[in-house]
Amino acid sequence: MSPAILELVLVTVVASSIPLVIAALGELVTERAGVLNLGVEGMMIMGAALGFAAAYTTGSTIVGALAGVAAGIAMAALFGLLTVALAINQVAAGLALTIFGVGLSGLLGAGFVGLKRDGAPQLNIPGLSDLPFAGKLIFGHDAFVYLAFALVASVAYWLTRTRSGLAMRAIGDNHESAHALGLPVRRTRFLAVLFGGACAGLAGAYLSLAYTPFWAPGMTAGRGWIALALVVFASWRPWRVVLGALLFGGATVLQLHAQAASLGLPGQLLSAAPYLATIVSLMALSIGVRRNGAAPAALGQAFIPPR
Amino acid sequence: MKNVSIKLAMGAALALGLAALSGAAVAQEKLKVGFIYVGPVGDFGWSYQHDQGRQAILKALGDKVETTYLESVPENDSERSIEQLARTGHKLIFTTSFGFMEPTLKVAKKFPNVKFEHATGYKRADNVATYSGRFHEGRYVIGQIAGKMTKTNTIGYVAAFPIPEVVAGINAFLLGAQSVNPGVKIKIVWANTWFDPGKEADAAKALLAQGADIISQHTDSAAPLQEAEKAGKLGFGQASDMSRFAPKAQLTAIVDDWSGYYVERTKAVLDGTWKSTDTWDGLDKKKVTMAPFMNMPDDVKAMAEKTTADIASGKLNPFACPIMDQSGKPAECKGGAALSDAQILGMNWYVKGVDDKLPQ
Amino acid sequence: MRIDLEPRPARSLAVDVAAPILALAAAILIGGVVVWLLGKSPTRAFSVYFVEPLLEGWSLQELAVKACPLALIAIGLSYCFRANLWNIGAEGQFVMGGLLGGWLAVATHNGAMQGALGGWWIMPAMLALGVIGGALYALVPALLRVWLGVSEILTSLMLVYVAELALDYVARGPLRDPKGFNFPQSVTFDDVARLPFLAEGERLHLGVLFALVALAVSAFVFARTLFGFEVRLVGEAPRAARFAGFSDKRLTLAVFAISGALAGLAGIAEVAGQIGQLQPKISPGYGFTAIIVAFLGRLSPFGILVASLVLALTYIGGEAAQVALKLPNDMTRAFQGVLLMCVLMADVATRYRVRIRLGAAP
Repeated sequence: MSPAILELVLVTVVASSIPLVIAALGELVTERAGVLNLGVEGMMIMGAALGFAAAYTTGSTIVGALAGVAAGIAMAALFGLLTVALAINQVAAGLALTIFGVGLSGLLGAGFVGLKRDGAPQLNIPGLSDLPFAGKLIFGHDAFVYLAFALVASVAYWLTRTRSGLAMRAIGDNHESAHALGLPVRRTRFLAVLFGGACAGLAGAYLSLAYTPFWAPGMTAGRGWIALALVVFASWRPWRVVLGALLFGGATVLQLHAQAASLGLPGQLLSAAPYLATIVSLMALSIGVRRNGAAPAALGQAFIPPR
Repeated sequence: MKNVSIKLAMGAALALGLAALSGAAVAQEKLKVGFIYVGPVGDFGWSYQHDQGRQAILKALGDKVETTYLESVPENDSERSIEQLARTGHKLIFTTSFGFMEPTLKVAKKFPNVKFEHATGYKRADNVATYSGRFHEGRYVIGQIAGKMTKTNTIGYVAAFPIPEVVAGINAFLLGAQSVNPGVKIKIVWANTWFDPGKEADAAKALLAQGADIISQHTDSAAPLQEAEKAGKLGFGQASDMSRFAPKAQLTAIVDDWSGYYVERTKAVLDGTWKSTDTWDGLDKKKVTMAPFMNMPDDVKAMAEKTTADIASGKLNPFACPIMDQSGKPAECKGGAALSDAQILGMNWYVKGVDDKLPQ
Repeated sequence: MRIDLEPRPARSLAVDVAAPILALAAAILIGGVVVWLLGKSPTRAFSVYFVEPLLEGWSLQELAVKACPLALIAIGLSYCFRANLWNIGAEGQFVMGGLLGGWLAVATHNGAMQGALGGWWIMPAMLALGVIGGALYALVPALLRVWLGVSEILTSLMLVYVAELALDYVARGPLRDPKGFNFPQSVTFDDVARLPFLAEGERLHLGVLFALVALAVSAFVFARTLFGFEVRLVGEAPRAARFAGFSDKRLTLAVFAISGALAGLAGIAEVAGQIGQLQPKISPGYGFTAIIVAFLGRLSPFGILVASLVLALTYIGGEAAQVALKLPNDMTRAFQGVLLMCVLMADVATRYRVRIRLGAAP
């Protein structure tokens, strides 16, 4: 493989892992607060539909991205009402949210099927973007990519280095003690859920605005579920989400390149490779590392303040 | 006994109600035509084109016909959906995906008075007809265009699943390309999906990275074509004219046009001449049409137009013998001067020059 | 604004009955408004969606056929969920059961492997293989959890994709019908490899009985056996369970095996009953829908029975609405979501008094 092709491959790997990174990062925060939201796919597809609709109507990618975020937040607010305020089982509510989102996005997006707009522009710094090998890899993406990395860095910093980040983690690990310490358990969780929705909506908008700039029903094609898996794979650490998304995106993209280069392996095995790779690397990580990764201890449990 | 009498009473009431409703205004009941789609009508590909055909029926026969469709019907749970249409008075039902074959036959057995039309299958019954399009004819045309237009002599091909129709499409495409450019190479990527825009785009990117300068696709979304446009390369639309997605990249598109057939078959039911048939036509009957030829020099355009016309008139057969298989042996020629329809419909081998091992 | 939940001291029958009815009413109201906005008649939609499917023999039967895999999988999942274990990979276990059992049907096609025995043993063996396939597949995430502490949520979900791809591979490859023009499906099963239908020419198959038996047996297990108690104790008070000498590892394996076995049974029942051949896809998402069924049914066998029928009704009514009112498919999907959320919300009211206070928190 020549360096030029390798660079192209790596650029593709980065681009294809971005929606996973953004959505998984949001879910990571939600889960760190102790809430498991299985509705990522539903929030994501709503972000894709409304993001495209807004961008098409106004002609602005930024407005589209914001609309995607807003759609994700609205869906997450519904989920928060159900699970945080009303203490409904999170697994059931999340699945219902996905069914709802997939249907609603089809309804709302129906008028935008088959329309086209230009994709989000790629950063091009004359000189830098043309550097051999690393030029395109570092300076050749669209704004979403840089935003994603900025988000990861800030979340990583916020979770470990700030008071409020610590407080949220405490809530996710033991809501009773956190409550006893006077931390606002339910308000924090609600906000964490909203953040997860915002990220999922943004990830969806990335798909319909930048990655494949059009709207089609069902276009997220299961990426929300992969994002969920990545959070666990990353054992709830932000930078590991990036690593996992790159591995996953990489395995998917590499198998396509392997075919293009005519290596001759059965397609289904190649398609299964990313999933198997995730399981295997998860096992490898688990051996020797702390048991059960670093799952927030109160994950999935509703909190009802004692009276 | 009690049940029966209740049913009778209900039936009588219903009949009275209907009679009151219809009165003299509706002398003749409209023919109800039903459609089962495998995807959403908004896929802008396969199901979208079938829905265009449905709308053509309404346009042509709207005063005599009423249509209904069920979309995104899972193939493995379709028997109920088909029966639902049969039970609600639909007298002609189109089931538009291969996986609907067995369920269609099962329901047809129970409703001998309903006519069924199953797309792309091979099992028929007295009230089940089959139909499909010779899409490989269009693939031959775009293969020729690709053969002429490529500068790197490498063409990328994003394929969905190794079923005979897709394999025949690859073969016809390559034979077309070789007919004008013997040195041309084709690289194939199996996406293992009909519809996943992101993955289809990644597949196209992989092919572009491997030096392909033309992207052909046999998956449903416009993503591969858009990828070609983004890279400043060329490509073809799939199932419908996708030039709006890639005005600078689309050379042409193979358009599935079901309208003529659907109108014709609906008319046949209306005037009582419907028979169970197997219809497999293409450019000749305009079931397969080519979107406008664009982004190419005039001589290539003229060549493509001539090839299209020659295939339509029967002068040119994309699978005219002799055809060498991948190992260089001539394929058996069961159709006289060309491969037989059965050979094409069940195609599971590559012609010479395909740089890929057929997934089995 | 804040919402407070006060546990109800005792469950009240009136609330238990009224809550789901109110939920249904709320969902219907929301759906009705949307239908009205789309310019269709809400009353007609209501009748087509909820009433007419319950009046006809045919649609009642279809209701049972559709509810069957949902109930079978959900009752299996209720073992896991009661023990606070998150098997969300039932879809994969369903597929594996169908694949393994279906393999035998293809292998014995046209009298192959039958010899002097005849074909009587094929159907029971297929069912057994379905059960084993599902159970073994469910044991993978269970073992990974017990041995390595790997989260079962992730592994069971990942294995869904692997199972789907495996089925896709065999249906297009080794088990493909050699006379089927290379189309991706197996031979249609012989009659000895088809699950018997309860009536000639109908679609109601023996699988429906399996579901009823599984529900009845589980009701007994949960109410009357030590094992049922153990499952609940581990779920609700793991520390107490450990003091009581229960091994949570053994229990993890057991509940996963049970839920996998039932999902696998549902899979082979679907393949040998409803479909009659192997195809690249055999499930329209039953494994995931069943998770909702399990929760809607509050993890109780009777509740699961009702919930599976209600969910089946939303599919069949949804299709009827598409046909009769030409409502888009997405509308019926979105309504399904609304209905589920309303029912989940109503469930809260049965356990808590909900108080909504306006103004700042005290």
